[in-house]
Amino acid sequence: MLEAIFEEFFARYNFWTAVLIIFIGIYAAIAKNNLLKKLLGLNLLQTGIFLFFISLGDIGNLQTLGIGDATPPIIWRTAEEKGYMYANPLPHVLMLTGIVVSAATTCVALALLVRIYKEYGTIEEDKILEIEALRGD
Amino acid sequence: MIDTFVEQFPILIVTTGVFSAFTILVSGIFSRKIGYYILLFVTAIHFMMSIAILNYVISFGRIHYWIGGWRPPWGIEYVVDHLNAYVLVVILFLSFLSVVFAKRSVEKEIDEKKHPTFYTVMQLLIAGCCGVVVTGDVFNLFVLAEVASLATYALIAIAGGKALRASFTYLILGSIAICFYLLGIGFLYAVTGTLNMIDMRLLLQNIYDNKMVQVAFALVVVGLGIKAAVFPLHTWQPDAYTYAPSAVTLIMSTVVAKTFVYALIRIVFSVFTVNFLQKYINAWELVSWLAAVTIIVGSILAFRQYNIKRMLAYSSIVNVAYIMLGISMFYSYWGLSGALANILNHAVAKGCAFAAIGAIIYKTGLKDVRYYSGLAKKMPYTCGAFLISALTLIGIPPLAGFVTKFYLMLGCLEVKNYTMLAVILLGSLLTLAYFWRVVEEMYFKSVEDENTHGNAEERFNEAPITMLAPTMLLAILCIALGIYWLTSIPLEIIDKMIASMGVILK
Repeated sequence: MLEAIFEEFFARYNFWTAVLIIFIGIYAAIAKNNLLKKLLGLNLLQTGIFLFFISLGDIGNLQTLGIGDATPPIIWRTAEEKGYMYANPLPHVLMLTGIVVSAATTCVALALLVRIYKEYGTIEEDKILEIEALRGD
Repeated sequence: MIDTFVEQFPILIVTTGVFSAFTILVSGIFSRKIGYYILLFVTAIHFMMSIAILNYVISFGRIHYWIGGWRPPWGIEYVVDHLNAYVLVVILFLSFLSVVFAKRSVEKEIDEKKHPTFYTVMQLLIAGCCGVVVTGDVFNLFVLAEVASLATYALIAIAGGKALRASFTYLILGSIAICFYLLGIGFLYAVTGTLNMIDMRLLLQNIYDNKMVQVAFALVVVGLGIKAAVFPLHTWQPDAYTYAPSAVTLIMSTVVAKTFVYALIRIVFSVFTVNFLQKYINAWELVSWLAAVTIIVGSILAFRQYNIKRMLAYSSIVNVAYIMLGISMFYSYWGLSGALANILNHAVAKGCAFAAIGAIIYKTGLKDVRYYSGLAKKMPYTCGAFLISALTLIGIPPLAGFVTKFYLMLGCLEVKNYTMLAVILLGSLLTLAYFWRVVEEMYFKSVEDENTHGNAEERFNEAPITMLAPTMLLAILCIALGIYWLTSIPLEIIDKMIASMGVILK
């Protein structure tokens, strides 16, 4: 039983890691009280998704088919002659865009955090809500 | 000649939009005033282009634009059919009015130094929303949605104070939403190997049993549901609407909300198709129950708010629920028609309401309903427009909001779902209750304050023309649209839209 679980995990460890990172990220983004930690959770979530996409492009683990590992997506003569499989570059390209988007989100969020800290003197969510309640609508 | 040119318009709207944003930013170095006029001009041109696109689509059918000449499914494709073109016209029209409205409102609410950046970000928001609407590629939709979202976060935060916290909450939730959507796309890409919507639709047809596809559907619906503020995923929305500057609330409640509702409809109907929904109809029924709960709970929550913007924010949630109720009855012609008509009707009515409130806040600074006594004497046109929008949202015939509810009720009768019929009627009554409070304060409470009887200027104190004109135009449209929808049944455009969603009704 345990062996089967381990086997399943190690056969696709990158996907399982992605799932783990995504869940930790979502938990942190929702449950943490400190706004910066929320942001870090969000970044983890995005990183998990990047890992998932990048894993999609890889065609490793092909020994069972007798082909061997996939090569990087560069076409050169030997690869063509021997009929190597190559990794799918599209998900990687998508994630380049994804990383840019993630960086932009982080920039906006950090800028907001600076403003929030100047306004309230804290970035703990419960304290901010307390201060807001004191100020009234 | 012009017709072949129109085929380039979808991409031109997006690219010139982004280019214009940078131009506004650079022009800010030389003059703080000129940015606004660039934005106004570009948005006006875009609105005319969108009308040309709608016209073209009606007479010649779908527009396909291949970016860089790469054929789909390899390249990014922009597809505009009846549904896109209609939503594009709606959002660009509302963007244009918001921009007209923004001038005086922004001058008052935002530091002059920030004007060029404000208009830059506003232009990016409009370009991003247009991009989401015209794209035919699921990943491109993600990128453009994020352009629009980041612009929205910045625009909310520009108000300072509580808006900062509201904006941060929205940023976290909105980014999680977009991540869910991205993950859903990843699953779909893993099973189909394509990102093009039309291609994906064809490839998905035979693998609806696949667990990946089911999970992807759930992720995409939840992701876009958060962005469109569908209950119970709406928690960011009331704060964001309440604390944002008036002009931003106006553009968010109309343009951004409708864009994401459109994206949801597009993915659900054009990528997953009705057959998928039919297969998992029990799960999809949940949407109609959620919508029903939202209509009741949202209305009650709206009734409890004294801050007028927060009240209208809850009203927006209720109206998105009407759209969701309509698309949950996808097997009914009238249900879908109601949902599609409400995209325009609610944009116009809520735009009118937020514009009127923006004008009132501009003049008096009052956000609390309880201080609105006798406002109708002071600002008769603005209050008149607000009254019309309130009546529209309540659903008094022959105004536009009535048409939505009428269609939805016909849809309920068509599928013999009497519970939802009762919910819609109850929802209308509750809407009447919370809008009547405001109208009563405005029109029927006499002014006790001595000061207002002072001079004539204080008694009649109307908002400036650039704020009043969009409000009045929207109020007139509330009436005109209602009459148009009612007198021209059966509606060709709605039939075409339903056909372009890939729904075939018996």
